Amino acid sequence: MGGRVDRRSGGAAGRGLPHTTAEPPKRRPAGRTRRARTVAAWALTALLAATMLLPFLWMVSTSLMSELEIYRFPPRLLPAAAQWDNYPGALTARPFGRYFVNSFIFAVGVVLGQLTTAATTGYAFAKLEFRGRDRLFMLFLSTMMVPAVVVLIPRFLLIDHLGWVDSYAGLISTELVSVWGIFLMRQYFRTVPRELEDAGVIDGAGPWTVFWRISLPLAKPALATLGLFAFIEAWKNLLWPLIVTRSMEMRTVEVGIASFHGLFITNWPFQMAAAVTAVVPIVLLFLFTQRYFVQGIQMTGFR
Amino acid sequence: MSQAGQQRSPDTSVSLVAVEKYFGDVPAIRSLSIEVDSGEFVVLVGPSGCGKTTALRMIAGLEEPTSGEIHIGGHRVDDVEPADRNIAMVFQNYALYPHMSARQNLGFGLKMRKLPREEIDARVRRAAEVLGLAQLLDRRPAQLSGGQRQRVALGRALVREPSVFLFDEPLSNLDARLRVEMRAEIADLHRRLGTTMIFVTHDQVEAMTLGQRIAVLNEGALQQYAAPLRVYQEPANLFVATFIGTPTINTIEGQLATDAGRSVFRASDLTLAFPDAGYTGAAAIGVRPEGLELVNVGASDADLRSTVNRLEPLGNELLVYLDGPGERPWVARVNADSRCTPGELIGIRLDRRRIHLFGGEQQKRLATGTVA
Repeated sequence: MGGRVDRRSGGAAGRGLPHTTAEPPKRRPAGRTRRARTVAAWALTALLAATMLLPFLWMVSTSLMSELEIYRFPPRLLPAAAQWDNYPGALTARPFGRYFVNSFIFAVGVVLGQLTTAATTGYAFAKLEFRGRDRLFMLFLSTMMVPAVVVLIPRFLLIDHLGWVDSYAGLISTELVSVWGIFLMRQYFRTVPRELEDAGVIDGAGPWTVFWRISLPLAKPALATLGLFAFIEAWKNLLWPLIVTRSMEMRTVEVGIASFHGLFITNWPFQMAAAVTAVVPIVLLFLFTQRYFVQGIQMTGFR
Repeated sequence: MSQAGQQRSPDTSVSLVAVEKYFGDVPAIRSLSIEVDSGEFVVLVGPSGCGKTTALRMIAGLEEPTSGEIHIGGHRVDDVEPADRNIAMVFQNYALYPHMSARQNLGFGLKMRKLPREEIDARVRRAAEVLGLAQLLDRRPAQLSGGQRQRVALGRALVREPSVFLFDEPLSNLDARLRVEMRAEIADLHRRLGTTMIFVTHDQVEAMTLGQRIAVLNEGALQQYAAPLRVYQEPANLFVATFIGTPTINTIEGQLATDAGRSVFRASDLTLAFPDAGYTGAAAIGVRPEGLELVNVGASDADLRSTVNRLEPLGNELLVYLDGPGERPWVARVNADSRCTPGELIGIRLDRRRIHLFGGEQQKRLATGTVA
């Protein structure tokens, strides 16, 4: 055995050595301090949760108020009597049935498109070897710096040129590729060990089968995460549907909600009732995909 | 278990002919030529980065050689897809498909081969029985222990009934006890199947115990290819001598001169004469720990002197670690009941027949055993 353990090396390093002479740890956070920290952490979490929840509750509350109650001062947190009639009222004031169908078609189309393009492109960037791969990937990434608003007009002109204005094709086509999604999938596929794919190759799987039967099933958490994000993004998208659709038959829920605003007067309770209804599918979707979703975020290192 | 394989003994030899592999400008393999006979168990061994795994991956078809030829069963396979080379490979980290049950893992390759359902089931069942996996077939890899996973990985190779098995450090993720167990199992498997097996490891004990022949690699070049005992007793060069054998061979550096038809090695007060090696200059001698005899420090026939540093009594023998005699510490393997104490000055006598002389290009072994 060479040398003696330097006692002053101290701290974590010193404690890790099995041969260090028994030196009682000087500072151990007392139970009370730790408890105080836990309480503080919980308090902070609760506060943040409250700030997130408050507008949400306000929305629900407003959706149940009468039109007059909204303008009362000081404002009231809860309606005196819940006006449940606001819901059927709001949802029939516009063809919301149609809107929901449109939003759903839009969102599902976008999800399917983005999952397909992100999984294949992300896989290519992660696993296939070709000239200029990484440079091309950086080029893709750099487009994330361009604000969406900048390309809004060119996108519209393109769709107009194709004669796709006021159609599902026009609504969905420019949303089919998400660079962020490609990035997410690439990072995920990079964590799939090479040996797994080698084993597949030796087992007789071609490149497509390796992707489809081995790598893709392992990427389920990332796919679920991307799918959920894509769905939410599409569902809450107001600007693009507003610009690219014209007829009542093609409008989406978000456009419908916005239309309560200033058309004749702003009907806040109706607008909020429609908004609450619009949130329900998202909440349900989240509840179903939550397990994958959290796993996906953890495994890609997006903590 | 394989009836097909036992009708005639088909040619399942593997040969690499002057194979080279560069990754960019970096050479991973330099002109490697190895012949593996049908049914032979060959171990590729060497320190990490020596190119042994690259060599195996080239045999599997997962890497393409930069130049040279690879033959399996007498056919050149350079342009043959991995799946069509009739090989099976077992990977270091098992490489089991995590989303499939053990059964599906075993059957995947057969399914890819479009074998009939019943045939797949039958082969999976047989392999599972051989490896004691029958109860575990419906579990996923995550629900299996390390040893069980390795068995499934082995089974996946087995069901293919390949002509060549390739193993890429398959035991290095297992704990010591399991490693010994699996080692025996693989040796047993080889005996039963009689299939050609090529096994890559950095562990020289695995190499010595498993291989009928072992190929020692270093820095992408083959150092020696021979039976384990031969490699141990007649190492081709100083690298092989140092790499194979635990504890490591004892070496001391000196100068070699020619004198009266003999090569005379001198290092401080040690002078040894070898048959003429036709070389003069810097050289080294190597003696395995069992080639040392510890004697009284005052003994007139002691070749060298040193101090005892520490002792490792292993029960059946005693390892004595010495502070010298040169710059490197030496080890002696002596009788368990030998008496000596740390700090004690001691004399060393070298077994003349077991002294290796190394020198010249790549420190080749020039001679073993001295002359008068």
